[in-house]
Amino acid sequence: MTQIPIQGTGPAVGRTSSRYWRSKSAYLGVLPFLLFSGLFLLYPTWNVISGAFQDESGKFGTKVLVEVFNSSSARAGFRNSLEISAQTAIAGSILGGLFAWAMVSGKQGGFFYRYSVALSSVLAQFGGVMLTFAFLATFGFNGLVSTFAIKYAPGSFLAESSWLYGKAGIAVLYTFFQIPLMVLVFLPTLENMKPQWREASDALGGKTYEYWLRVGIPILTPSFAGAALLLFVNSFSAYATAATLINLSDFLTPLAIATALTSEVGGANPAEAKSLSAYMIIVVIIAMSGYALLRRKVSKWEQRR
Amino acid sequence: MNNLTKHFGKVKALDGLSLDIAEGELVALLGPSGCGKTTALRALAGLQELDRGLMIVDGKDVTFQSANKRGMGMVFQAYSLFPHMTARDNVEYGLKLRAHRTSGDKRKARSFELLELVGLSTHANHYPHQLSGGQQQRIALARALAISPKVLLLDEPLSALDAKVRTQLREEIRRIQLELGTTTLFVTHDQEEALSIADRVGVMRNGQLEQIAAPDELYDRPGTAFVAEFVGLTNPISGVVSKGTIELLDSTVKVLKGSITIGQGVALVRPENIEVVASQSGNATVFSASFLGASCRLSINLNDGTRVTAQLPSSDAVGLSAGAPVKVSLLDRPVFVKPII
Amino acid sequence: MKKSIGVRIWRFSIIAVVSFYLLMPLYAMFDFSTKQFGLGGKSRNLDSWRIIPSQPDLVIAITRSLLTALIVMALILFLIVPTAIWVHLKLPILRRPFELLCLLPLAIPAIVIVVGIAPLYRWISINLTESPITLAGVYSMLILPYTYRSLSAALDAVDIHTLAEAARTLGASIGRVIFGIIMPTIKTGIINGSFIAIALVLGEYTISNILNYKTFQVVIAQIGRANGNVAVAVSLASLLFVLFLLLLIPNKKRLGTVLDVDVK
Repeated sequence: MTQIPIQGTGPAVGRTSSRYWRSKSAYLGVLPFLLFSGLFLLYPTWNVISGAFQDESGKFGTKVLVEVFNSSSARAGFRNSLEISAQTAIAGSILGGLFAWAMVSGKQGGFFYRYSVALSSVLAQFGGVMLTFAFLATFGFNGLVSTFAIKYAPGSFLAESSWLYGKAGIAVLYTFFQIPLMVLVFLPTLENMKPQWREASDALGGKTYEYWLRVGIPILTPSFAGAALLLFVNSFSAYATAATLINLSDFLTPLAIATALTSEVGGANPAEAKSLSAYMIIVVIIAMSGYALLRRKVSKWEQRR
Repeated sequence: MNNLTKHFGKVKALDGLSLDIAEGELVALLGPSGCGKTTALRALAGLQELDRGLMIVDGKDVTFQSANKRGMGMVFQAYSLFPHMTARDNVEYGLKLRAHRTSGDKRKARSFELLELVGLSTHANHYPHQLSGGQQQRIALARALAISPKVLLLDEPLSALDAKVRTQLREEIRRIQLELGTTTLFVTHDQEEALSIADRVGVMRNGQLEQIAAPDELYDRPGTAFVAEFVGLTNPISGVVSKGTIELLDSTVKVLKGSITIGQGVALVRPENIEVVASQSGNATVFSASFLGASCRLSINLNDGTRVTAQLPSSDAVGLSAGAPVKVSLLDRPVFVKPII
Repeated sequence: MKKSIGVRIWRFSIIAVVSFYLLMPLYAMFDFSTKQFGLGGKSRNLDSWRIIPSQPDLVIAITRSLLTALIVMALILFLIVPTAIWVHLKLPILRRPFELLCLLPLAIPAIVIVVGIAPLYRWISINLTESPITLAGVYSMLILPYTYRSLSAALDAVDIHTLAEAARTLGASIGRVIFGIIMPTIKTGIINGSFIAIALVLGEYTISNILNYKTFQVVIAQIGRANGNVAVAVSLASLLFVLFLLLLIPNKKRLGTVLDVDVK
């Protein structure tokens, strides 16, 4: 019942159009996502990039880009952003990296370890607004540390809270969420360090510092640097914290962008916002490319095993 | 299956393959990797599109039917059990999809029946990762059979398993197949597997069917040089063909269909068709002897320098060890002769 | 492994310093929020906490944000995950472009996206609805990199091709394959991706503030200008809530909530 012997008859169905379209129909499956991301992701990206090349009246050209480039306030804001990002990236990566090491060198899977991972996951997402309030509760007026300082160290900067609103304050604030982020990003790399390497080094006669100098640090550096770049981008893009804390409109580039977009006094200048954004994108892409390259290097090493 | 053709870019995976399978038959597709056997199987399952060709099952043209409507049972090489379901759930899956036809109780009964059939009823509530490779494949088989498929398709189901499990499981597959009478297509690159359990074996190469026949016929009367050499061992010995026979090793034997008909050729002689007797005035010397239990394999140097491998029952090989002079001749069985090149 | 005293000291001091840095502000929040209103009264109370439920703006905002989080999760489950599975399964040539698309939000920070998307949301609030829930659209794009990362790892770990084919030959439709077979298999990846999504929605401020929607964080900031104690109390509460959510995820799967994104 299964077969009727066929002697080479039957239509030898060629490459009909129906077969062809059948195979292309799979592309329809990505259509919904494409439309959705086109609307909410690609459109705004295009809007910003193309808008950066327009001026207030919509004419094309690099007029606004040049203006922004030459504006001293924009430059100052940019410099601040870059400085703070670099500082917090370094501080965060060192502190976070060391903490991650402290976690790994203890009991993996133990209570301290798991609780640290959980806390890091949550703190890394701790929004800017809440973070600011946390620090105000600590260092601000009537805060924990400031009231303590008023009593015991009345002359110090901790006794009053103005420092919080300046560069130093922002840096300290940002570092707060850089540390958990570093832990989360760097921890997997540390976990991949094989104890056999240390043992091999010992067996070959190496001392502790030699191991770290020749083996440990070189292996960890690309990953570490990559994580630091990620932290840099994170800090550079941050807006919520600064916006909650400061009212100076262009102390940092994200703030300048917001002002340019929504300023009630003096009129909004979307073109300026877009140009500033374009410069931001450039910085971010450079940093992320660096990150990508470093990650690729690390995964190549991991593959060879 | 008729005139199945499929290209993958420049590579022709299937080249006009045509094949009929009778009801209840187990046909094995055998061939080296890349010969297209898996492609043909997957085409039949509906998982592979063809450039050309026609497939008819039970009188119906299924060529354009989508895979989930063809009613075939398929067993994959590995990793096909749903990891988040127990063995029983896996087996019941196909039945659940046809829920409108079977009630919950009937499903349970059926899945139990099949688990019994493959001998794993005690493991019904285990998860795939708790089962060994052989057990997993048996569950996969039960799952495929649960839906009473018209055709059972097996894509190298044993390749990922240990040798011992392989032998056991193939016997079981055959036993179950005979018991249920399911039409089956079995793809493998292992000739022992194919020959031991199939009703007919189709040898494939480069997308085409070289020969399809019952195992013994394939072995004794290969239709092409490739089949002769792929299935079983052969000794290539040169000789001259004329009038349908060839003279080799002081013997004259008939030549099989498909061989060259006249002139110089290379005969492909099976080891067990070579007769070896101890003889002081022989035409050869034993180079080495391997004792294989029931039979003995002798590596023999002919006086003209060629080396052949002969296989004898051990009782006939007594006294034939390295250095023994022997006389070598051919048993009167037809042989396949291929051209010199 | 022998651990010398030196190493132990190092370890202890690092843990002490970092823990202090991180935990002190949290403690300070607790301390601050239990103070009396106004200038340092001596007594402590839970007034700030108690009045939380009676702040209308806040309650509405929390509800809205939670609802938005639900919508984002729905988008993940019914749009993003199926598409990722579809691409992995049927359109391997699109894998790279799809990956790049999903990682694009990393290169375009929220502050930049809001600049480009402002006209769209202006249109939406005029023609469709003013509700902040519409932010779910852009939020789901913001979480793409993190969600994709979780998904991708899970999809690579399992041989979804064979599973899909097995299900197909047994008679499953493509819908069943995606939702009934593959998604349960990559459950962990989905859960981790969802957790990050919820955390992000609740914590998002940049876009909602600039576009003038009253989301959870925006309202907290608003309250903060009027009443610091309550704002701090709410912040601490939401931190604890997210921590609680995280602890709901069974142990082994938790480390997967890494924010690390592999750009290959």
